Amino acid sequence: MDPKIETKHVNFYYGSVHCLKDVSLQIKEHEITALIGPSGCGKSTFLRTLNRMNDIIPGARIEGEVLLDRQNIYEGSVDVVELRKRVGMVFQQPNPFPKSIFENVAFGPKMLGLSRKLNLDEVVEKSLRAAALWGEVKDTLNKSALALSGGQQQRLCIARVLAVEPEVILMDEPCSALDPASTLKIEELMQDLTKNYTIVIVTHNMLQAARVSEWTGFFLLGEMIEYGKTVDIFSRPKDKRTEDYITGRFG
Amino acid sequence: MVRTSFERRLHELQDDVLVLGSMVEKAIYRSMEALKNRDLEVAKQVIADDSEIDRKRFDIEEKCIELIVTQQPVASDLRIIVAVLNIIIDLERIGDHAEGVGKITLMIGKEPPLKPLIDLPRMAQKTGDMLRRSLDAFVSRDAEAARKISKEDDEIDGLYDQVFRELLTFMAEDSKTITRATRLIWVAHNLERSADRVTNICERVVFVVTGKMEEIGGSKY
Repeated sequence: MDPKIETKHVNFYYGSVHCLKDVSLQIKEHEITALIGPSGCGKSTFLRTLNRMNDIIPGARIEGEVLLDRQNIYEGSVDVVELRKRVGMVFQQPNPFPKSIFENVAFGPKMLGLSRKLNLDEVVEKSLRAAALWGEVKDTLNKSALALSGGQQQRLCIARVLAVEPEVILMDEPCSALDPASTLKIEELMQDLTKNYTIVIVTHNMLQAARVSEWTGFFLLGEMIEYGKTVDIFSRPKDKRTEDYITGRFG
Repeated sequence: MVRTSFERRLHELQDDVLVLGSMVEKAIYRSMEALKNRDLEVAKQVIADDSEIDRKRFDIEEKCIELIVTQQPVASDLRIIVAVLNIIIDLERIGDHAEGVGKITLMIGKEPPLKPLIDLPRMAQKTGDMLRRSLDAFVSRDAEAARKISKEDDEIDGLYDQVFRELLTFMAEDSKTITRATRLIWVAHNLERSADRVTNICERVVFVVTGKMEEIGGSKY
């Protein structure tokens, strides 16, 4: 099967800083891929190259190819708004809009003009159900999203992404601001979501990577050092640097 | 973020395995000494000491669980702990085989010896030696040594064949020897099984070093 996303020799620069070096990897459809590595290793930068979130950074430059379903997303003809609909993103801090729960989820479909074709009530319910939040908020849809707990807010943000029916969901440290119970809920949710979506997650929490992902890539100083089945990376890594990092012997 | 205390505890765990290994090795030699010298007191001691071995094994298992729970080991740390969990089972079983030899010695009691024991002490010596070296290979992460030791199991199998053939001859010639000869075959069997357990330990050493689970040696029995 073709990979959902394939990067070929991706190099990325912030001005003169070379922060991704020749990264090539394949992300399998309907599976979770985790990217791990110490702070500043380039894993979040790499994640953001997958839906061109880095475009807005002045002085940023990318070389190489990022193929989504075999089409290079950096080609001139690509509509970035359409791309980000297909490749959605969830951030570290839950960032709901200061609006109602309903409005948060309905926002994307409305913006993209999908609301004329779809019944918004249905879209909101379906998305909240898929994000495992429906049961907790179904009677308070008109209340402010900011009144939700951190874990609920993060699931709301996931629902907001799901509402525009993406194919890939990028998650940048989605649980680092959450308590263990909320973290587990998000992790469970991620597993459920792989039925319909491809997920790429950046995490500092190696045990989280080990728990949720099928594939793991280890980044160090802008390079992807090792990429493989998660069980192999965490039980028998091939590269000494991977071994040193995951066993906590990093100098 | 070097994990000094974890490192230390991982070392202690391996030291514990060496201690257990030496207890078991001693049990092999002493059980044979008891059999050879018809020393029922030593045999009883070997049997009694086996509970120390069992206790030590559980103690090490507890430490492994504690390290897994508190440190969430991965990669080679994980492989070491998984290997220890397996090795201590093999050691404990070898201890049981030594205890078995002790019990057979008690059964034989003061019956007149069938023959001077030569190959059985040799089997015990070889098994104890292989055991000690397999644990040395474990702590020094020497997969090559482990593979070599595992192959030496063929010698044990050869001695076992020899003992069996010889005792069969006794039995064929004089049916009055059957009981005594059978008991000695049991002893040989205990030693043969012990050496097989050593090859399991060798496989664990290879696993720790290479991350691969491979059957090495492969006993005839």
